[in-house]
Amino acid sequence: MNHSNHVVSTAITAESIADSSVVAPEPVAQYALGLGDDALVLAHRLGEWIANAPELEEDVALGNIGLDLLGHARSLLTYAGTAWDKSEDDLAYFRDENEFRSRQLFEQPIGDFAVTIARQLIASVYFAELYRALSRSEDPTLAAIAAKAVKEVDYHVDHSAQWLRRLGLGTEYSHERIQRGLDAMWPFVDELFRADPYATELDGIAVDSEQLRAGFDAVVPLLIVDAGLVVPSGAPAQGGGRLGLHSEALGPMLAEMQVLARAHPGATW
Amino acid sequence: MNVTVSTTEAIARPRPDTGEELAIWNLAATVVDPEVPVLTIEDLGVLRRVVIDGSTVLVEITPTYSGCPAVDTMRDDIVTVLARAGYDDVVVRSVLAPAWTTDWMSAAGRAKLEEYGIAAPATRGAGGPVNLGLGIRCPHCGSMHTRELSRFGSTSCKALYVCQRCQEPFDYFKEH
Repeated sequence: MNHSNHVVSTAITAESIADSSVVAPEPVAQYALGLGDDALVLAHRLGEWIANAPELEEDVALGNIGLDLLGHARSLLTYAGTAWDKSEDDLAYFRDENEFRSRQLFEQPIGDFAVTIARQLIASVYFAELYRALSRSEDPTLAAIAAKAVKEVDYHVDHSAQWLRRLGLGTEYSHERIQRGLDAMWPFVDELFRADPYATELDGIAVDSEQLRAGFDAVVPLLIVDAGLVVPSGAPAQGGGRLGLHSEALGPMLAEMQVLARAHPGATW
Repeated sequence: MNVTVSTTEAIARPRPDTGEELAIWNLAATVVDPEVPVLTIEDLGVLRRVVIDGSTVLVEITPTYSGCPAVDTMRDDIVTVLARAGYDDVVVRSVLAPAWTTDWMSAAGRAKLEEYGIAAPATRGAGGPVNLGLGIRCPHCGSMHTRELSRFGSTSCKALYVCQRCQEPFDYFKEH
């Protein structure tokens, strides 16, 4: 048998987008890049918990959530890259800090477990709202990626909501720690719902971030109050992630994420 | 011979009509999930389409979860199985829409899963919310008196449970 002519598409989800003849129109690619960066940066942060979580089940849970987000990032970055003939790896490993468009919530250090749960609650509800809306996009690739993702992030919401309750209603100490976590992450909520500069000319294709706030506000404050905690107030952080403005946390994170690919360009294993 | 299939079954296992495409489908359908080797990709509803286009065979599969690494192995296994049958020009492509659901798992697949020691997923119902389940049945002793240990298990598709009666831990294939 002749095994030499296999036309094998290296098609996991992301590569199948690369292999298909789909090419993202320039404005759609610009928009998808920002969404992909959000998912990629948080996926990397979650990976930092592996072998560090308070219990083995949480190593596994946070790792699994990170894996889902990495899947979303791969699809989104691959799709964005079709516009510029770049691969997901080109975009993930060979852009510098000011070229990343992730919103600042996602790059914040993992902190303690309470900080991570607070961020996961905010991020997961945001993603659930975003992907639910994006699954109705007129762009079929974005709609398909979102329809797949929304089912996964619903589980992520559940995970963080359960931990919020457990910590909020647990001991005095756990209550105090999770409140501190919420207080630390809350300033980054506002930026999630500011207009996305890359979405403005994409009526019917991109999601208007400002429209997602109502869904978030209907869920998150209730969960916080139900867990016996206080919805933080206080000034929002400056934001600007979509424009490449980041807190000091992103640079060191990218250095770690990108070092191997930059030291050995094109390496595979 | 016409066998009537339910709508869900037709969506879950869109078998081709013609002889050769069906034969290729049946070959591809022997590939198993590397993480749950009792389930074939046909049982899972992961095998989506087989088309012959000139000298090329196109096989479409859908990932269970966006980040599931088992998809790579399934793809390689499909190429190997078809190569053994003499199909050298095979393209395996993964498709995202419609999004995979555990409702596509075959009845035979569910039975094999239980036999293997993994509790089968509850059904979601098309497009609706998750059905209110009565609990997850222990695949070892059949007791309904079980407890979720962790929502996330050894792979993306499983959660970890423990039986309160026989004390055995077991995997539950999450409804999705």
